[in-house]
Amino acid sequence: MMRWVDHLLVLPVVLPLVAGAVLLLIDDQHRLLKTAISVGSVVALTGVALALLDLVNAPSTEAGSSVVWVYRLGDWPPPFAIVLVADRLSALMLVLTSVLALASTVFSVARWDRAGVHFRAMFQFLLMGLNGAFLTGDLFNLFVWFELLLAASYGLALHGSGARRVRTGLHYIAVNLATSLLFLIGVSLIYGVTGTLNMADLAIRIPLVSTESRGLLEAGAAVLGIAFLVKAGMWPLSFWLPTTYSAAAPPVAAMFSIMSKLGLYVVLRLWLLLFGADSGASAHFGGEWLGFAGMATIVFGAIGVLASQDIARLAGFSVLISSGTVMAAIATGQLGVTGPALYYLVSSTLAIGALFLLIELLERGREPGADVLAVTREAYGEDDDDDDSIQIGEIGVAIPAAMAILGLCFIGCTLVLAGLPPLSGFIAKFAVLTAMFGPPRPGMNTGVPALAWVLLVLLIFSGLTTLIAMTRAGMRTLWTREEHTVPRVRVIEITPIVILLLATATLTVQAEPVMRYMQATASALHTPQSYIQCVLTAPSGRIAPKKGGS
Amino acid sequence: MELILSLAIGALSGCGVWLLLRPRTFQVIIGLLLLSYAVNLFILCVGRLRVGMPPFLEKGQIGDPTQFADPLPQSLVLTAIVISFATTALFLVVLLASRGLSGTDHVDGTERES
Repeated sequence: MMRWVDHLLVLPVVLPLVAGAVLLLIDDQHRLLKTAISVGSVVALTGVALALLDLVNAPSTEAGSSVVWVYRLGDWPPPFAIVLVADRLSALMLVLTSVLALASTVFSVARWDRAGVHFRAMFQFLLMGLNGAFLTGDLFNLFVWFELLLAASYGLALHGSGARRVRTGLHYIAVNLATSLLFLIGVSLIYGVTGTLNMADLAIRIPLVSTESRGLLEAGAAVLGIAFLVKAGMWPLSFWLPTTYSAAAPPVAAMFSIMSKLGLYVVLRLWLLLFGADSGASAHFGGEWLGFAGMATIVFGAIGVLASQDIARLAGFSVLISSGTVMAAIATGQLGVTGPALYYLVSSTLAIGALFLLIELLERGREPGADVLAVTREAYGEDDDDDDSIQIGEIGVAIPAAMAILGLCFIGCTLVLAGLPPLSGFIAKFAVLTAMFGPPRPGMNTGVPALAWVLLVLLIFSGLTTLIAMTRAGMRTLWTREEHTVPRVRVIEITPIVILLLATATLTVQAEPVMRYMQATASALHTPQSYIQCVLTAPSGRIAPKKGGS
Repeated sequence: MELILSLAIGALSGCGVWLLLRPRTFQVIIGLLLLSYAVNLFILCVGRLRVGMPPFLEKGQIGDPTQFADPLPQSLVLTAIVISFATTALFLVVLLASRGLSGTDHVDGTERES
């Protein structure tokens, strides 16, 4: 008889499915009931994700291995079974998703979930797709979860309607449909060469691929990588991203910030698992291209951040900067850099989610097009004519409490995104740079590659441009003398933003245990033997945590 | 057999890509449809082309892999067809909404001033 904890691994997928189905059946009249179900589901998901994190963080008995939980759907024997695998990275991403989903759901209770139909149900299905994609250990199953979450995201991107949203939604759907086709091509090429779709089984078979078929395999992997990197916002294929994210409804945009990290998660997992150091002739396949793409994305994002005329687009370009940084850091292939890159991923995702929610509150007090007007005025050098008449009343003017809190949250987002102390953005960037330039550990190649210098320059450059653009936007929106109406901000709307920023502050204060977890995750990723062994030798019937040896 | 299938996949992909890059939304949808046909054929032929082989085993027989067709790519194609069918339907609805809200079927939402 299986204990309840054995089924913990499938709860992140089943729970939002049931909640979404129930929400579809209940009429929209019973608003309180629907809100209770959706918020309750997300709270339960957060609990399950934290429980999983606790389980995989247990110290394993043998040195050099990690705890991996495996759940075989349908109880088929491996490697034919479709498996759900929880290791450190999956649990981390589940927790991140749940925290953002909680903030987004609570924010949407105020008014955004009534702007269109079926918001809550589609949100639950989005969570189901995200959790499934983070947990799965099978390539085609990954495709299915991707399509599920994309379908929900199409509906959510259109939520609230309007000509602009429908136009950007059209582009978003077209780009993602084409990308899914690329995904299919890549998966089928890999299947054609190796004969399996199970990720752990692939890791075993790839070193054994013959030289004639190796070209096909690498082509398939490259096409597959492109499909994920489009979602992550890699440079030449990222033009859809800032437009779509800035047009989407705020709670939806906050969830989009983790969807772009989903592509990076898959690249990280598959690249280190399939093309790691001991995968024969294809070791580190495509690492340089990933690095170049990441750096180009950082440059594009940094320039876009300076050029954007409204804050929502600025936030969209910040997503690109954050994606590019993680991409370039992963591509160095160094064990010491991957851990800080994960820390950076968590901290920047939380900050961008908070920023997207905050933007909506800021924009309430301003008329549409106010930002464009302000930029034009600056560009044409118009000075304020009424300098003399206002100066006397400026000293001692009380700032309304709403503006004060919004301003503080905006400063918090700026600090994290620009990478300034004392919040977690600084620790993340500092840790990444230190790991790249620090003393070489035994077993790593000595010397600093030239790409590391370029990445250093780009990280600091992107931080500088983010700082300039955010302070300029903040001055325009919050801290000028112009007449603007104080936006009406409800407690239920400001609380999620404050909580997300407090989470980044907690990441700073608790940096040591968090960084230790990230480094353990990175070493588990770079030496995937325990993952492979746990998946391929998972026992039937009762699922026990296998502590695999390396 | 391989030649015919390759030509078919190539022709469908080429037409699909060309249509995908056109400025009218209906052409984009047809382009995506053609591309999905091409990709589905591609997935099918990844399971090695064999003429006249069923994907089933005779009862009680231990199968020789060369005597039957690979069933896994067939199931992959089925999944892909179902998913692309649903998303194409959704895309059509968004196309209609965009046509209604912007008054034009240009992908940019406005006609080009030329």
